[in-house]
Amino acid sequence: MYRYLAWTGVAAVLCLVPFYLDGFWLQTGLFAMSAAIGAIGINLLTGATGQLSMGHAFFLAVGAYSYVFFSAEPTARLSGLGLPTGVAAVLAVVVAGVAGGLFSPIAGRLKGAYLGIATFALIFGGQHVLFNAEHLTGGFNGRAVPELNLFGFSFGDTPELIVLQVPFGTLERLWFLGLVLVALSMVFAQGVLKGRPGRAMNTIRDHEIAAGVMGVPVARYRAGVFVLSSMYGGLAGVLLALVFQRTVPEYFGVLLSLDYLAMIVIGGLGSVGGAVVGALFVSLLPQLLTKYSDSIPLVAAPGTPGGVSPAEAARILYGAAVVTVVLFLPGGLLGLIKKIRLRPPRLRLPLSPPSPSPETRSPHVP
Amino acid sequence: MTTFVELLVNGISIGAVYALIALGFVIIFKATEVVNFAHASLLLAGGYLVARLWPLVGFWAALLIGVAAAALVAAAIEFLVIRRANVASHSVLAIVTIGVDIVITTELTRQIGTDVLAMGDPWGSQVVQFGGVTLAETRIVALVTAAALITAFLLAFKYTGWGVAMRAAAEDAETAALMGVRLGRVSMSAWAVAGGLAAVAALFLCVFPTPGLDRSTSLVALKAFPAAILGGLDSTTGALVGGLIIGVTESMMSGYQNDMAFLGRGIGDVAPFLVMLVILLIRPAGLFGTKELARV
Repeated sequence: MYRYLAWTGVAAVLCLVPFYLDGFWLQTGLFAMSAAIGAIGINLLTGATGQLSMGHAFFLAVGAYSYVFFSAEPTARLSGLGLPTGVAAVLAVVVAGVAGGLFSPIAGRLKGAYLGIATFALIFGGQHVLFNAEHLTGGFNGRAVPELNLFGFSFGDTPELIVLQVPFGTLERLWFLGLVLVALSMVFAQGVLKGRPGRAMNTIRDHEIAAGVMGVPVARYRAGVFVLSSMYGGLAGVLLALVFQRTVPEYFGVLLSLDYLAMIVIGGLGSVGGAVVGALFVSLLPQLLTKYSDSIPLVAAPGTPGGVSPAEAARILYGAAVVTVVLFLPGGLLGLIKKIRLRPPRLRLPLSPPSPSPETRSPHVP
Repeated sequence: MTTFVELLVNGISIGAVYALIALGFVIIFKATEVVNFAHASLLLAGGYLVARLWPLVGFWAALLIGVAAAALVAAAIEFLVIRRANVASHSVLAIVTIGVDIVITTELTRQIGTDVLAMGDPWGSQVVQFGGVTLAETRIVALVTAAALITAFLLAFKYTGWGVAMRAAAEDAETAALMGVRLGRVSMSAWAVAGGLAAVAALFLCVFPTPGLDRSTSLVALKAFPAAILGGLDSTTGALVGGLIIGVTESMMSGYQNDMAFLGRGIGDVAPFLVMLVILLIRPAGLFGTKELARV
């Protein structure tokens, strides 16, 4: 009961955010939402199945660029299909999944860190294509992203829309779309993890041979989870492109992939909540440091010489956070939250009459 | 034909440098079963110290300090982080090294900024002619040094007490410990050796014809990862062969990239990763890696 109340409360607060906070925070929040979707995907792969992937940024790029390619009207220099934007968004996620599927001969056979290094190839190969296939990707300068338009409702600045005296521009409208997408992603991933596939994935991670013996098709599961995780990456990429309104190849590099791994370790490996918490931490930290750089010692405002810039400070902090979490907080931030919440589970022992057997007490134990 | 020979020799030389990095990577994996993604940052640390110190103490002393410092940093990572992490899965340890890598690389690239640091090496931009084939002196030194270091390491691995302890620990850690091998020391020394090798490699990655050490050097070092994995992560021979394959491929693809314009600019930087994929498709454990067999 409390759970549902808590969730309703969270949802209500999140829905009120666009009415009170300005564009900077909305954009930051949307980045965090996109990161959350991507992180859920990679947590299914790395956290739940034990397969390391350095190539997550590649699938974000596939999602973002496919959306632009499918939805943009062709011009003399850039090609596009001019499909309805809603269809383009769905196709982009499918294309990301297909890209993951094409990698399955490798994703199914390699395990753990081996796969991690192999997926470096996706990043470098992908960036090579992004820079060189100029008629598709716009090359170094990237491409403008068409606004999303769902069933006649535009997620852009026009037509003007005012809700409760707050002008609803691109960011305000996307905010609600982002919330829905994050919620759906969470529910779906939770379903996967709680059900039969989730148990199979965890068994593969914990003991590959045992999983095989119990009848789990290990290679097929590995490939399947890889596809699922790349579709999550593609969705995150689409949302990211809509928020950015421009896709540039440089963004989708090794650093972005490392960010995603940092997120799931910091948040908590193998759980949906962990991915979301980690995504919030890693994407909000640099923005918070930028905003309040004046009042934090050692961090200089961006552009000033000397001192650590907020972006660098954030990277160092969450790099250190990864190490700290693994050393001292197995289970990540989510594990920490749970531990605090569950602390002293006091057993109320009945004083009289003395309990005949331990079984009768068990309903009191949480 | 001369171009071909030049590209081949240059490729072998740069491949030998990649082999140095990959060898360190393999040593760490054998000794502690950790895939060390912080390797690029060790390399950057060594190279950075050499570049900063040579104007003060001279090149050779700076190189010595750089190698020692990289070895020390590596040993410190092993002692402070890897040894203390109590995790079930080795994938998590790999991610920890990513955390370490993020910290060290961010700080070093901040120090480097937009500078391109010269390494102050005595070879400069001199070239040597061998019957029409022009080779940079640095490339020859790199090849000789890498070959000497690799030979020395392999001999030590085979014949010294340290090498025997290391191989025993890699074979069966528990039995080795019961036989009196101090596992802590073995893994720490493995990390230190790997760090030292990475620092030497950093020197040769940053001398002529490359302009010098800059913030992208750690990305160059990433090419040693495919070298290690296509040879097989647990095979020293594999690291050597892998390094050479990657070096020659890169050199050839960059050298002839005008003939392969359809592949796009900068294909030389991507080729190593593509070669790795092809080899992994055919042999998932790498060329010389032991296939994992399990008896149920």
